[in-house]
Amino acid sequence: MSEFLQQLLNGLSLGAIYALIALGYTMVYGVLRFINFAHSDVFMVGAFIGYYMGKLVPENTVWGGLIVLVVAMLGCSVIGMVIERLAYRPLRGAATLNVLITAIGVSLLLEYSGQVFFGATPRTFPAVFPSVNFTLGGLVISSNQVVVIVVTALLMVGLQVIVYRTKIGTAMRAVSLNPKAAQLVGVNNDVVISFTFGLGSALAAAGGILYALNYPSIDPLMGVMPGLKAFVAAVLGGIGNIPGAALGGLLLGTVETFVNGSQWSTYKDAIAFAILIIILLFRPAGLLGKATIEKV
Amino acid sequence: MPRPHLYLLVALLAAFGISWFSDRIDPYYLDVLIGIGINIILAVSLNLVNGYTGQFSLGHAGFMSVGAYGAAAVSLFLGPKMLGEDGGTALQQGLMFLGALTAGGLAASLAGLAVGIPSLRLKGDYLALVTLGFGEIIRVIFQNVEFLGGALGLNGIPAYTSIFWVLAFVALAVFTVTCLVHSTYGRGFLATKDDEVASEAVGLNTTRYKIVAFVIGAFFAGAAGGLYGHFKMTITPTGFDFTKSIEIVVMVILGGMGNTIGVILAAILLTLLPEVLRPIAEYRMIIYSLLLIVLMIMRPQGLFNFKFGKTTTL
Repeated sequence: MSEFLQQLLNGLSLGAIYALIALGYTMVYGVLRFINFAHSDVFMVGAFIGYYMGKLVPENTVWGGLIVLVVAMLGCSVIGMVIERLAYRPLRGAATLNVLITAIGVSLLLEYSGQVFFGATPRTFPAVFPSVNFTLGGLVISSNQVVVIVVTALLMVGLQVIVYRTKIGTAMRAVSLNPKAAQLVGVNNDVVISFTFGLGSALAAAGGILYALNYPSIDPLMGVMPGLKAFVAAVLGGIGNIPGAALGGLLLGTVETFVNGSQWSTYKDAIAFAILIIILLFRPAGLLGKATIEKV
Repeated sequence: MPRPHLYLLVALLAAFGISWFSDRIDPYYLDVLIGIGINIILAVSLNLVNGYTGQFSLGHAGFMSVGAYGAAAVSLFLGPKMLGEDGGTALQQGLMFLGALTAGGLAASLAGLAVGIPSLRLKGDYLALVTLGFGEIIRVIFQNVEFLGGALGLNGIPAYTSIFWVLAFVALAVFTVTCLVHSTYGRGFLATKDDEVASEAVGLNTTRYKIVAFVIGAFFAGAAGGLYGHFKMTITPTGFDFTKSIEIVVMVILGGMGNTIGVILAAILLTLLPEVLRPIAEYRMIIYSLLLIVLMIMRPQGLFNFKFGKTTTL
């Protein structure tokens, strides 16, 4: 039983990270209806900003860790907005495939520029947050897991507030429902889309730092697998649906951790894709999504 | 004899002729030539799916790996039994290799059928992801099957691939795709791409067209995988990952989707590029990805698509 709880806890903390990345996918899909393949590489850039910042602040302090987190989030939101402005905005209204290919191009550009500028060899992520292990009735809880869960929970609450309680959040929902109608009532779509990219990229950066805290080996290709899995999480929960992305992330992280602890551990990476295929075939709208009738 | 068949015959004879002189060609150039040929087969076959039929597949490397493993398994496990102790004559080896490549291609097209039937109901982004997911699942399965070498892959595959086989399969792939698309039946592929709803309204079974394109594309990807395996003599599951699929997709896009000549040119260019750019190898992929982005913004119809006036792109 305690082993089960331990695995559940590990799964939830991994799932929380997937959920953070998945939110970025889901929000961009919500306003632009395309898969931002480069999102997983913004996650990687976030981890690297954290790596370089981590050297400037004192190690093992809560405020040092928070500074690293905030700087990485700000840095990545700028990068996200720049990517949107330079690569995606010229293609507004172009065929889906062209946008998809551009997104793949941006993703490869970030990965390979990372290999040139950061070097391809894995680096050890500094311990920016103090690391302690608590024992709670047979359960071992690391402080990093606590950090992951607390930061994720705070960011999600913050996101809910932004999306449902602020003017820009209302504009985001309007653009996602009907871009043309939103424009007619005076919403500046470009600003909203730019903001969405910034917000999503900041969450990806937070995910990158939290991932690097728990798996402290970072390299320019580190984003590929977590990125793909987070996308699966977004589809699982219902793409375009914010609570769905959170739910999908937690579910996927938990399932993956349990598979990893079982005798089929070598199939760990295949599980996410198997889930993706099953979901798309039987419930393409995802767990929380509403099935819509496609108009011709 | 119809003209395309004549061209095929001429191409096969030319392949035979070139292979006659292959001893005199510098081995380095011969290797590059074989690499180009394999990439042409991959790009032309993916063009049938992505270009002509308009279905975005990101799993071509997955089909290639099925073919590579299938063909390698035939020549490794069946080959010694069929050819005997002395390895057989050149003709026997040739037939053996043809059998292995066909088996690889058929295995890949079976995989194509298995993936295609459920997933071709999906469109655009989702199809791209499912095919990507399928490619990754195939890789994980190959990594876990001890019989096929697990993560280490298969080694000691006989080096049957020669310039003749590569050129012959290039000719066959180009012939099949061109004739198929220009036939009465094949117009359905273009119709499916242009407007799926309209095609269904005039009574075309678009799902069947997509599956046929997928299966034929997978067959040639599998054959190319077989050629690749018998050329490199060793295959590993990681050699056929997502990056390889992207590489083939870039060839198709650069050449202009649904333009066989352009795709062939792009395959040649993109195989030669790394050889030329070897001194600045670390920047190669950066150039590659920038090219992709700039191309999509400036010339979405592809670099080698010289159709002026009316364009067929959506």
